[in-house]
Amino acid sequence: MEMPLPDPSVLSRRAAIVAGLRAILPGDAVIDDPAETRAYECDGLAAYRCAPLAAVLPRTTGEVAAVLAFCHRQGVPVVPRGAGTSLSGGAMPTADCVILGVARMNAVLETDYDNRFIRVQSGRTNLSVTGAVEAEGFFYAPDPSSQLACAIAGNVAMNSGGAHCLKYGVTTNNLLGVTLVQMDGTVVELGGPWAETAGLDLLGVVCGSEGQLGVVTEATLRILPKPEGARPVLVGYASNAVAGECVSDIIKAGILPVAIEFMDRPCIRACEAFAKAGYPDCEALLIIEVEGSPAEIDEQLTRIKAIALRHNPVELREAADEEQARRIWLGRKSAFGAMGQINDYMCLDGTIPVSALPHVLRRIGEMSAEFGLEVGNVFHAGDGNMHPLILFDANKPGDLERCEAFGAEILKLCVEVGGCLTGEHGVGIEKRDLMGVQFEAADMEAQMAVKDVFDPRWLLNPAKVFPLEISAGRRAG
Amino acid sequence: MRPASEAELSETIRGAGGPLRVVGGGTRGPGNLPGVALETGGLAGVRLYEPGALTLVAGAGTPLAEVEALLAGERQRLAFEVPDLRQLLGREGVSTLGGVAAANAGGPRRVQAGAARDSLIGLRFVDGAGHVVKNGGRVMKNVTGYDLVKLLAGSHGTLGVITEVSLKLQAMPEAETTLIAEGLDDATALTRLRAALGTPYDVSGAAHIGGRTLLRIEGLEGSVAYRAGALRSVLGGDWVLASRAESAALWRQVRDVAPFAGAAGAIWRLVVRPSAAAGIVAALPGARAVYDWGGGLIWLLTEARADVRAAVAGHGHAMLIRPLPGMTVPVFPAEAPAVAALSRGLRAKFDPRGILNAGVMG
Repeated sequence: MEMPLPDPSVLSRRAAIVAGLRAILPGDAVIDDPAETRAYECDGLAAYRCAPLAAVLPRTTGEVAAVLAFCHRQGVPVVPRGAGTSLSGGAMPTADCVILGVARMNAVLETDYDNRFIRVQSGRTNLSVTGAVEAEGFFYAPDPSSQLACAIAGNVAMNSGGAHCLKYGVTTNNLLGVTLVQMDGTVVELGGPWAETAGLDLLGVVCGSEGQLGVVTEATLRILPKPEGARPVLVGYASNAVAGECVSDIIKAGILPVAIEFMDRPCIRACEAFAKAGYPDCEALLIIEVEGSPAEIDEQLTRIKAIALRHNPVELREAADEEQARRIWLGRKSAFGAMGQINDYMCLDGTIPVSALPHVLRRIGEMSAEFGLEVGNVFHAGDGNMHPLILFDANKPGDLERCEAFGAEILKLCVEVGGCLTGEHGVGIEKRDLMGVQFEAADMEAQMAVKDVFDPRWLLNPAKVFPLEISAGRRAG
Repeated sequence: MRPASEAELSETIRGAGGPLRVVGGGTRGPGNLPGVALETGGLAGVRLYEPGALTLVAGAGTPLAEVEALLAGERQRLAFEVPDLRQLLGREGVSTLGGVAAANAGGPRRVQAGAARDSLIGLRFVDGAGHVVKNGGRVMKNVTGYDLVKLLAGSHGTLGVITEVSLKLQAMPEAETTLIAEGLDDATALTRLRAALGTPYDVSGAAHIGGRTLLRIEGLEGSVAYRAGALRSVLGGDWVLASRAESAALWRQVRDVAPFAGAAGAIWRLVVRPSAAAGIVAALPGARAVYDWGGGLIWLLTEARADVRAAVAGHGHAMLIRPLPGMTVPVFPAEAPAVAALSRGLRAKFDPRGILNAGVMG
């Protein structure tokens, strides 16, 4: 993965820059010892590493503004970092950058059950937002699978989704407002604890901008009353196409499950070997979850089961109690771990129209043979968000490159059938050079124009999202 | 001018010698704008409809009614319940998808399903320099590049002319019931609505209109009956139930602000912290209010010519949607200086000559 060469004028001023940061922040908030900056050399895309010039861990919006204003004056690039769980390299440093981590900013600032929102500092983890309100019967809906570790700052930057977004939407549908610090240190409030903003929807474009428009230090999030209960049903099919038809029929019937998860045979086998969840050995497996009171759950599952049975499943299993529900989810939730037991893996997340599912899975199978690399698929089937997991051996020369080439072909296929490169992980550096597959020059120019307004010198997370050759002139400025 | 294609629209904008006034159906956009009318009616037609994927792609000039009829044939709909403001604003014409998107329209179901922005999954537009731009796509989950769809939704034609929209759809529910309470004062009514929205019973409408307090529940038959019963026992007081057709009629009244149609006075649209709503209206003597979104949206009718924004300060914002003749109050609220600088910067980038719906948003 090509990254721009570090700016020698920044590297040569390293000591002065670190001293400048220490003048702004308390001593323990500036990290420049190479033994310690290594902790920031990569995020969840661990194949790529580069230690930053320094890392800072501010505690307040004021400190973030001071750091950014200083770096802006000094012409130092800044890479914002939530919890570092990005799978696309969104928090990957360059040698001339300052990593700005929000990990120490994790306070709850306000909870308002009457108006159904919570305001938090952005370093707070996703799951602990729900933790702060669940005693009152509320939860925060977006639930990326890294929710135990990932920070709200990163969720906003990547517009994170999760397994339950079929019903509740993704981050942008649950975000009411942010405090945003621009690269020059200007602090702006966008949105607030009301339903929508007047004027241009700047909040809407900040969400999902991968930390390139500003650093989000506080977020106002919509919280929802917890459903009375939930129950999954597991359905196995002898063919991917039939499983796909079943999903489509459920949606057409007007039933809205909170989640429809799909796993293919390689993934089912890996999960079974790893977690022993008792999954059937079949071509395709669906986990469908519905919510409500026990009677409401019965009403929905009766209809879902009737549709599922019309397609002749090899197995249909409804959870009779909590323990059985846990076992149905066990395999799915350990899918990544299970694949990781077999080998190193790369996780993609292209989205496709649900109708293209059988074709895409068949093509992935053919390409798997061509590239000589195994691939398992887990899939948020209700919304078409795929997660092919390509297995490779990081210690085998050439394997990573072959895996990346295979991954690129899968993503091109997603775009070709009417989908997109990434449904929830973001572009980062991983899919940066594929942007031209999905977008024309004018499409990317319009997006870059937004960054020109928020960060005219392109100092904030500059080498991400857009192919380096098209952002070159801007980054140099 | 009424271009017949996106390419022709691009040429028209490139060649424009002065301000253009973007017109979809003319039912909800800003009135009294300077410039030559640029109509999108030539960019009509449904290009893709996949009921099994809950997805529709259509030209911006496609009439909303045509789309609603098509979807109804498959028992589907747009989730965000588009208001018909023709009576309120004294307009004629036929609402179009492009206008709905540009205004980020949204009705009572916003409390559950969001506004147009939350159902828009992709669009194409032509910016003020004539560049054709696409963003988003036709799939529900998509974080590839910046979300310009949100930026264009609610931009009222000032960043570009929307030429095509992709929408996420919703299945029509099997059943719908409205709980109705009569005679509650505003503060009590809104407290009840907020309490209902804080239950797990998935309320899809919460309004207080003309002395009646309304709560809507939609879904499968058994579930709707169960939740209606549960809400009645949680909330206490007397609630009567309205059936499907009667219920739908009630929500059309809320959606279209029917009580204010034809009434004299200025009309404001206030988006506020719900718990502040009753206090805001109480501070404006002589004003009449229709409350939606559990108090989060207030439609205000007042004969006063003054700006109501002081009463809203710190709790949300207010838009003047129907001024009295000669009123000089700005339609949109002023933005904080740093936010205004960003908005100005974006307009300068997307419409460098400042010709698209110039000055509409202040």
